[in-house]
Amino acid sequence: MSLTAATDGAMPQQNWLDKLGAAHILLAVALLLYPLVASDFFLTQIAGYSMIFGVLALSLMLLAGYGGMLSLAQITVAGIAAYAVAILGNNTSNVLGFGWPWWIVVPFAVAAAAVSSALIGWISVRTEGIYTLMITLAIATATFYFAQQNYAIFNGHSGYAGIHAPVFWGIDWRDPKPFYYLCLGLAALSYAAVLYGSRSTFGMTLQAIRDNPRRMRALGYHVTAHKVFAWFLAGILAGLAGVLLVWFNGRVSPGTIGVDVAIDVLVIAVIGGLRHPIGSFLGAIVVILMQTFAIDIVGAERFNTLIGLVFLVIVFVSPDGILGLWGRIKPHFAQESLRAGP
Amino acid sequence: MHRRTLLALALFTGLTAPSMALAADDAIKIGLLATFEGPFTVLGEDSERGAMTALAEANGSVAGKKIEIVKGSSDASPDSAVRAARKLVEQDGVKVLVGPLSGDEGLAVKDYAKTKPDVTFINGTSAAQDTTLRNPAENFFRFSTDGAQWMAGLGTYAFKDKGYKKVATVAEDYSFPYTQVFGFMAEFCKAGGHVPSKSWVPIGNKDFSSVIAAIPEDVDAIYVALGGADAVNFLTQYQQAGGSAPLIGGSITVDQTVLTSKGKLRDVLKGTPSAGPTADTNDAPAWKAFVDAYKKQPGAFPSPSLFAHGYYVNMKATLLALDQVGGDVSDGGKKLREALSKLSFDTPTGKVSLDKNRNAVADIFLTEVTEGSDGNLLNKLVKVVPQVNQTLGIPEDEFMKLGAVNRDNPSCP
Repeated sequence: MSLTAATDGAMPQQNWLDKLGAAHILLAVALLLYPLVASDFFLTQIAGYSMIFGVLALSLMLLAGYGGMLSLAQITVAGIAAYAVAILGNNTSNVLGFGWPWWIVVPFAVAAAAVSSALIGWISVRTEGIYTLMITLAIATATFYFAQQNYAIFNGHSGYAGIHAPVFWGIDWRDPKPFYYLCLGLAALSYAAVLYGSRSTFGMTLQAIRDNPRRMRALGYHVTAHKVFAWFLAGILAGLAGVLLVWFNGRVSPGTIGVDVAIDVLVIAVIGGLRHPIGSFLGAIVVILMQTFAIDIVGAERFNTLIGLVFLVIVFVSPDGILGLWGRIKPHFAQESLRAGP
Repeated sequence: MHRRTLLALALFTGLTAPSMALAADDAIKIGLLATFEGPFTVLGEDSERGAMTALAEANGSVAGKKIEIVKGSSDASPDSAVRAARKLVEQDGVKVLVGPLSGDEGLAVKDYAKTKPDVTFINGTSAAQDTTLRNPAENFFRFSTDGAQWMAGLGTYAFKDKGYKKVATVAEDYSFPYTQVFGFMAEFCKAGGHVPSKSWVPIGNKDFSSVIAAIPEDVDAIYVALGGADAVNFLTQYQQAGGSAPLIGGSITVDQTVLTSKGKLRDVLKGTPSAGPTADTNDAPAWKAFVDAYKKQPGAFPSPSLFAHGYYVNMKATLLALDQVGGDVSDGGKKLREALSKLSFDTPTGKVSLDKNRNAVADIFLTEVTEGSDGNLLNKLVKVVPQVNQTLGIPEDEFMKLGAVNRDNPSCP
């Protein structure tokens, strides 16, 4: 199985409007206007939460789609940022909590996440395929149990509570609308960064390494360094998602970074399609909607079965996720526009 | 570009449509939050039976209004409990919420309750002390008692009647077992006993060999506060390692999920004293009537677990208070909360009323494991400790001086 990500090749000179794409502009307008029609619950618990997990899945997509490295440790990296926010900022658990202002805490937390991600990457780049998956799973599990049993730093099973998003410019950033725009802004930024990065020299090199590491090494590229740097970049994305996650929940505990959540992130990326950056967000919306509302459809006893079945069907019908499915049925609709094309 | 346009449209409509589907009707919605997934699924399902028993007694309505139950599921982690509570309150629009089930969940939901002053929260079975004792929420009520109250009488009984002077403790590593150990030691240490070693193990631990090795040789008994599979694993391994010290059980250590297990474990368990909010051989007619009503629920156990009991009591209190205010929660639940604070009623296990922190004062049952006439192990009622309050009968200022419950407090080595 090869996880090849599609990137558009050399493009003719275009004006910025064409470059951005009509669909992106339409999507942006729709998302900006979304708070006008949505309830507070849908703004934060569905849209905000989906975007947080979308960014997390995007960091996995970056590694898997462009670098060929499938990781289960993305939630661990996000958790490191989340715990850093709790420890360096304020919490009500009476353990640590240095009370630093948010504009110092956030860069610190993201940096800590990125560095740990690079470390995880440095350990796991020597492996390939299923072994990368296993080693990252081991790291995720070990971190989970360590957090659960360590009281000096992680405060054990109960973790940290009472963590509040910052209030500045007269806005409480955990209020539904500001928090939605915060998530949207970050998601858009991450998405644009990944799209841009995939076409940059580094992105191209990474994809070349994914396709044929031996040839790249022979050409004089430092394969390990490129891979570790990709982990570092993915760590920045995951760290940002972790900061939003801890502000969203107002708390962080080992349950936040459990193995089931790690698998959720993988499922989101796979359902959306590991080859497409936008797929991460699409997958997140599907998964979050399912997790939230499946209990209303089939009752409390069997709702996890329904969620599992939907995942199975999507992956069975289309190994490349929802976007792959669309890619396969599109030709049937596209005949008209092909003839009318420029 | 077709693909992306359609994608955008799909996203947009998909995310807005459900928010428009809020309908208004005359039913009263009650949110029911329990663990329908994760390690406590079985307990969560039994708690639902308890809540449904209370609802069936009221014929599914109060003050002429139908009760609609909206279920929310957590996996016993505080995050998932708050997420489920948020969904019930913010999306389904419940004004009354019953739950959650376990200790740390209760602490998290209490914090959430403070941000929703118009919603009334009634506990399920979560039994951490500080859910109501320190920094409580005005709109969080607990008609089930806490884990320290459940231990009332046990410490004294172990010291005086059983003659244990030195006891080691083995318990799971989170807020509910801390509270249980606290409740046991508060009495045991006061009576003159010593606890030289305390072991805390993570939930779901499989290998207890290092824990067993750490238990001092010369203890008179071991106090075990582990739940379900953890209890069975520990007891089996302790026995295989040649351990022979008698046991003292936490409230969920010697319940039916452990007592029904097969093998030599049965011999070890016989004679184990314990305490909790229920007893299997309670002869009171009210308890027997409750057991019969409970057994009508699908999939019921031979005897209701303390989770079924706790959710029953809390749901019953909710329905009684709703009846008093005519099912009217349009004032942001103010009248309902007043009615709840003043509520005092007879449960299958005796009278329950609330203290100023909205925590229950109720009877506690001291029990001992015996073999029933049919060969099944059950908890025989030894003594009823009447009307235990949250400070275990100790004056409040003196009790607060004992400090917050945690791994190291209390201590009497």
